Amino acid sequence: MAAHIFATDWLLNKKLNNMRRDIFQAIADPTRRAIITLIALQAMTPNAIADNFHTTRQSVSKHLRILTECELVKQEQKGREIYYSLEIEKMKEIDKWIDQFRKIWETRFNELDKLLSTMKKQKK
Amino acid sequence: MINSLLFDFTVDKASKTVHIKREFNAELSLVWDAFTKAELIDQWIAPKPMISKTKYQDFKVGGKRFYAMVSPDGNERWALQEYTSITPKTNFKMYNVFTDKDENPELHGSEWDHNFSEENGTTIVNIIIYNESLERLERILDGFTQGMKMSLSNLENLLATLSKK
Repeated sequence: MAAHIFATDWLLNKKLNNMRRDIFQAIADPTRRAIITLIALQAMTPNAIADNFHTTRQSVSKHLRILTECELVKQEQKGREIYYSLEIEKMKEIDKWIDQFRKIWETRFNELDKLLSTMKKQKK
Repeated sequence: MINSLLFDFTVDKASKTVHIKREFNAELSLVWDAFTKAELIDQWIAPKPMISKTKYQDFKVGGKRFYAMVSPDGNERWALQEYTSITPKTNFKMYNVFTDKDENPELHGSEWDHNFSEENGTTIVNIIIYNESLERLERILDGFTQGMKMSLSNLENLLATLSKK
C-alpha cells in the first residue's frame, strides 16, 4: 500500500515536472506576465526589456528562456540583436481553456439566479 | 436574464486554484441557503442535462454531503464533501473528493472556500477552489465539458424541432 502511494506520488511529480513548459506555468509569474504585456506591443531586445524592470539582466534572461520554452514568445535575429515578440496564437490557448471553465459556471449561476428569484417570491 | 451582475472567473493553473466571484440579486440568507441546503443545491449545481442527487447531507463541521451527478443515460458519478469549517452566513469550507458508489475516495480531492457578503440587497459570493492535483483539475474540466456538449446538442435538437413547426 505504502509502495503504491509512493509510486503514485512519484508519477504525479514526474507529470508535474514534465509540465514545466506548460503555458500556464509561464503566466503564473508576475514578471513574466509583465514581459508578455511589454512585448505584446512590439518586438524588443532583452536589454530593452530589462530596462523596464528592477531585476537583473540574468533574471530577465531566465524569464525569457522559460517563455521561449513554453513557445509563448519567439526570437528573431536582426543584425547583431535578438528581438523577442509574442506568439498570439499560443496566448489564445489560455483563453480557450479558461473560457470552457467559465461557461460552465456561468450556466450554473444562471440556474441559481432563477432558483433565488423563485425563493424570493415564495418568501413574500 | 439580468446580465449586469458581477462575475469574475480566473484560473491559476500553476497554483492549481480557481477563483470565482459572483454577485446575486438576493439577500444573503437566501444565497447562503442555496449553497448549503442539499435540496436547494440539487436544483442548480448540475450542468444540464445532468442532475444532482444528494444521498445524504449533514451540514455541520465534520459532517458530509454524499451526492451523485447523474447523466441522462443513468450514469452516476459519486462525490463526497466534508465540511471542514462553518461560520454561519459568512463562510464555509469543504473538502470534495470523487468516490465510487460506496464512498471509497480517490487519492486527490479539492478544497473549497466560500465567502459571503451583502451590500445593498445584493450578495457577493467568493469561491476559491484549490485542487491537489493538476491532472485532476483538467479531468474535472473534461467531465464538465462533456456535460456541456450534451446540453448543447440537446438544445440543437430542440431548436431543430421548433424550426420544423
